[in-house]
Amino acid sequence: MGVFINKDTKVIVQGITGSTALFHTKQMLEYGTKIVGGVTPGKGGTEVEGVPVFNTVLEAVNATGATASVIYVPAPFAADAILEATDAELDLAICITEHIPVMDMVKVKRYMEGKKTRLIGPNCPGVITADECKIGIMPGYIHTKGHVGVVSRSGTLTYEAVHQLTQAGIGQTSAVGIGGDPVNGTNFIDVLKEFNEDPETYAVIMIGEIGGTAEEEAAKWVAANMTKPVVGFIGGRTAPPGKRMGHAGAIISGGKGTADEKIRVMNECGIKVAETPSVMGETLITVLKEKGIYEQCKTK
Amino acid sequence: MNIHEYQGKEVLKQYGVSVPNGRVAYTVEEAVEAAKELGTDVVVVKAQIHAGGRGKAGGVKVAKNLDEARTYAEEILGKTLITHQTGPEGKEVKRLLIEEGCDIKKEYYVGLVLDRDTSRVVLMASEEGGTEIEEVAEKTPEKIFKEVIDPVVGLSAFQARRIAFNINIPKELINKSVKFMLGLYTAFVEKDCSIAEINPLVITGDGNVMALDAKLNFDDNALFRHKDILEYRDLDEEDPKEIEASKYDLSYISLTGNIGCMVNGAGLAMSTMDIIKHYSGDPANFLDVGGGATAEKVTEAFKIILSDKNVKGIFVNIFGGIMKCDVIAEGVVEAAKQLGLDVPVVVRLEGTNVELGKQILKDSGLNLTPAESMADGAQKIVSLVG
Repeated sequence: MGVFINKDTKVIVQGITGSTALFHTKQMLEYGTKIVGGVTPGKGGTEVEGVPVFNTVLEAVNATGATASVIYVPAPFAADAILEATDAELDLAICITEHIPVMDMVKVKRYMEGKKTRLIGPNCPGVITADECKIGIMPGYIHTKGHVGVVSRSGTLTYEAVHQLTQAGIGQTSAVGIGGDPVNGTNFIDVLKEFNEDPETYAVIMIGEIGGTAEEEAAKWVAANMTKPVVGFIGGRTAPPGKRMGHAGAIISGGKGTADEKIRVMNECGIKVAETPSVMGETLITVLKEKGIYEQCKTK
Repeated sequence: MNIHEYQGKEVLKQYGVSVPNGRVAYTVEEAVEAAKELGTDVVVVKAQIHAGGRGKAGGVKVAKNLDEARTYAEEILGKTLITHQTGPEGKEVKRLLIEEGCDIKKEYYVGLVLDRDTSRVVLMASEEGGTEIEEVAEKTPEKIFKEVIDPVVGLSAFQARRIAFNINIPKELINKSVKFMLGLYTAFVEKDCSIAEINPLVITGDGNVMALDAKLNFDDNALFRHKDILEYRDLDEEDPKEIEASKYDLSYISLTGNIGCMVNGAGLAMSTMDIIKHYSGDPANFLDVGGGATAEKVTEAFKIILSDKNVKGIFVNIFGGIMKCDVIAEGVVEAAKQLGLDVPVVVRLEGTNVELGKQILKDSGLNLTPAESMADGAQKIVSLVG
């Protein structure tokens, strides 16, 4: 099981002939992801890594029956790529591209309202369902199949959490990177809902960072709706206000979006927050033991 | 990217947003000349730095004649202004805006900003002009009015009108205010602003609606399509280390501590600062080398970290996903050779090609301290720096 994607998900790669996309197409194929096609305007009819290339997304979808797309298109053209995926009525568009102008995303988000396609990202590592399907740029080998879901605004912190879990003998269902931009397609609550309904997921780690109030909203949603334990971590406790910390969305402005405030609300909502990024796994294990589901979550 | 007030006003003018007449001056003579050209009885001498709170810090003066204009220009140019936004070291004034004085009847606040909850641009306005909006939001939130803007149709006249009435702009000036706000919105969207703040917007004795101050910030990710805005960049206002880092696509932010950090990924980089602080150390910087770093980039990153004289030790924390550990290791070794490292360096490597990376470091014969985890590395560097 897991969320959003599984072993049957058919995927196309938008911008497949770029060097980053090529590298990751190879990695995804090695992981076992069903990459059924690629799109690069003007390169239709060719083949890369044994995958047929098409000129348009619609053409690729019609020919292959793909339901998901991963976007590696450069930032100035990425918004258009998301629109194209939406227009082709894919279920899922995962946008890895970083540095997309915010106003482009404001328009994209408006365009996608009421449409079928779910956008994950942009500026994210993608989604992986352990041992089934990897769509994105995360290192596949750190994941093991199991029962913990991970959702995060940060790529490397997701790897850190997954690695800690695997080392401690705790497998994962899916890890979802929602991205570090201020306007993104899928937020924490969307992913938490999926994990809540996924029978294979028994607990969730939610990793946030400074900027915005998405973590606070999610924490309140957890308190009201979540039937499974959630632990958290927030990066950027020591970040100075007014400075963008790498991610476009990671900024404390006007006294809002601080780590301390997020941690306070999460604690209030029953989410145990790891003191340091080194103990995300440990913190989860403590909670699993408290809830009496540690043994069920251990990898056999 | 930030720009100066006078530059912001130049942009706004292009969109029909009215601003007082003004000239930029780099010297006292230019300032006096500008005041002469303006020809008004009263001119305002305004320090141009990328920080708010200039008035309170003595950076804005009203001159009633040319002699006063000269005196104030002499006083402000070259002065280091310390405001709540400059930090304790302050900022030196290198440019002045000489602007015609105007007969202010009342001050308001108008701003455009991205609202993350709705993923839309929001127009905010308040009758409490001249005060920081955060302060108004805290003390009298009922005085802030908002209009959420649909990007398909843009800011509608009715929304601008509604907000103008809500903040009690006199009814004979409603139409001028609407035109002002529509122009401001068009500028915001067409120039990819991240913030457009007019504080204060003023109505004058002769019935004008004007931007007395203008704070425009731009989305760095959209600058590729705004060459005109890029030309406004003032390197004097930026940290030299941050400028150097941006040349190599390194995301670097200077901090005040003594432990240099080199990390891949923004989230991990922030958390590395946090964990250093957790173990009672003090980070000197935020540095994300990015996913596609090469040995050369790593070397440059080391140079930048070491150019900060406060740095007494470096913590390298890498979780190689896409970034391969052997590449980082080669970069570290290369940097150490070139720069002759004389501060302790703790290296934590994890992820892709980790064994290879560790071997490279070991074989180098360099005095590097390996760490098993983030926590281990943070504790080690803190104790080494003492």
